[in-house]
Amino acid sequence: MSASEVPTLVQRLGERVLAVVDEAGEFTLLALRTGRAALAPRFPWAESLRQLEAIGARSSTIVLITALFTGMVLALQTGIALARFGAKPYVGAVVGLSLARELGPVLTALMVGGRVGAGITAEIGAMQVTEQVDAIRSMGADPVQKLVLPRVLAATLALPLLTAMADLLGVVGGMLLAESQFGIDSNFYVQTIVNTVTLEDLFSGLVKTFFFGWWIAMVGCFMALRTTGGTVGVGRAATRAVVIASIGVLVSDFFMTQLLVMF
Amino acid sequence: MGARGDVVIEFEDVHKSFGAHKVLRGIDLRIHAGETFTILGGSGSGKSVCLKHMIGLLRPDRGRVEVLGVDVATRAERELVDLRTEVSMVFQSAALFDSLSVYENVAYPLREHRRGWSEERLAERVARSLESVGLAGVEAKMPSELSGGMRKRVGVARGVALEPKVILYDEPTTGLDPANQRRIGELIAGLQRDLGVTSVIVTHELELCFAISDRVALLRQGRIRAHGSADEMKRSEDEAVRAFLEGSRDDAQRDPEPDSPGDSAHA
Repeated sequence: MSASEVPTLVQRLGERVLAVVDEAGEFTLLALRTGRAALAPRFPWAESLRQLEAIGARSSTIVLITALFTGMVLALQTGIALARFGAKPYVGAVVGLSLARELGPVLTALMVGGRVGAGITAEIGAMQVTEQVDAIRSMGADPVQKLVLPRVLAATLALPLLTAMADLLGVVGGMLLAESQFGIDSNFYVQTIVNTVTLEDLFSGLVKTFFFGWWIAMVGCFMALRTTGGTVGVGRAATRAVVIASIGVLVSDFFMTQLLVMF
Repeated sequence: MGARGDVVIEFEDVHKSFGAHKVLRGIDLRIHAGETFTILGGSGSGKSVCLKHMIGLLRPDRGRVEVLGVDVATRAERELVDLRTEVSMVFQSAALFDSLSVYENVAYPLREHRRGWSEERLAERVARSLESVGLAGVEAKMPSELSGGMRKRVGVARGVALEPKVILYDEPTTGLDPANQRRIGELIAGLQRDLGVTSVIVTHELELCFAISDRVALLRQGRIRAHGSADEMKRSEDEAVRAFLEGSRDDAQRDPEPDSPGDSAHA
């Protein structure tokens, strides 16, 4: 390695670090402005409701399909594993616990993150590159209040609801499989869940999803408002939004779970 | 509103860079009430950037921008709201909201700033705005159903809905066929005549420029190279003005300054 390459490498690393810090700072500012917009007069109720429908209700199909099949495969796998210890009848307990504490929230967040994260970024990103966001500002309105706040609010509220549905349907999927494959009576299956899964388990899973919803929509809006470079830029921004939203969900899930286990 | 002749827009030594690319390098400019002022320049000369400073969409790195007595450079975004009801901007791409009908697009600034208005009064103003651009009765259409020229005119209708004192036009005729270009030119002149607004136009189209302008400035490499009345500019002996008038669009590429590699890039 020649001497001149060393500073370049350090320089590049430094530039990268600065860029990340810069982005994190801007993200924080957008988050604060979104919070402030929620307290400003003329709350965008109508648009928030519309977004709740677009982000929440319209995500229910993919979330339900995901949950149903995850519940079934989970019952199948745990049934095989538990059979080795002679504990096959307790499939319901394992399925219920896994779904409520972990799989329901995370899988829902990843599915919604893909669908909604990309959707938000593409929509607002396209508005950004066609000057529509500037047009909102030029007319004395606030793009954060008009575009960001309704989406962030809707996603924050929608994700816990979708997760609750996913938990329920996953359990049903597991029940169908346990009965048909392992001959476990569905009454017994439900009983093991009721005996094992506590409200605390359910709560520890659902509480995380408020953050997931907020995070997915914030990342989507943030990437969208930074979009440059025309339609190619919109695609790039959408890809980045989904990647960052998904990684953020998985990483934050670990730390939030640690935190919840401590208390 | 000030009498004709008052300075409504003033730039003093305005500088603006994007990363290492210096776009504005010391702009001094005064635009008076009631006049139609055109900023000419090639692609990438910084004229759209200049225009966006007049409504606070961009802030200068250095220098002063004063519009209708408001110091745009130092005000927070929410302190510019009132100014933005008096200055409106017509965007190059029209920037209509795709998800809203023509009616809702034109009503947008009214819903934002005329909150006490009844729906009838609003509808009446929307209809009048659309009429003033020759598009009566298209309220129910979606922007995607309109031609390029119609979209631009709806953009103008949205711009006049609040009856502003100043209208900023970013490349109003770019991408339109000659008939539509003429129509937009007549529209701008007509609005100026009927409403007495101050119009600032950014363009590289010479025909439009000399058809409607009271005064013209040539922006070149981030500075005002020359300015004067339309006739003075036509007769100008300045080398850069002659080059632009005769070669028009090629001007920006012809002899870029060595330290501005991005100058010929599209703004």
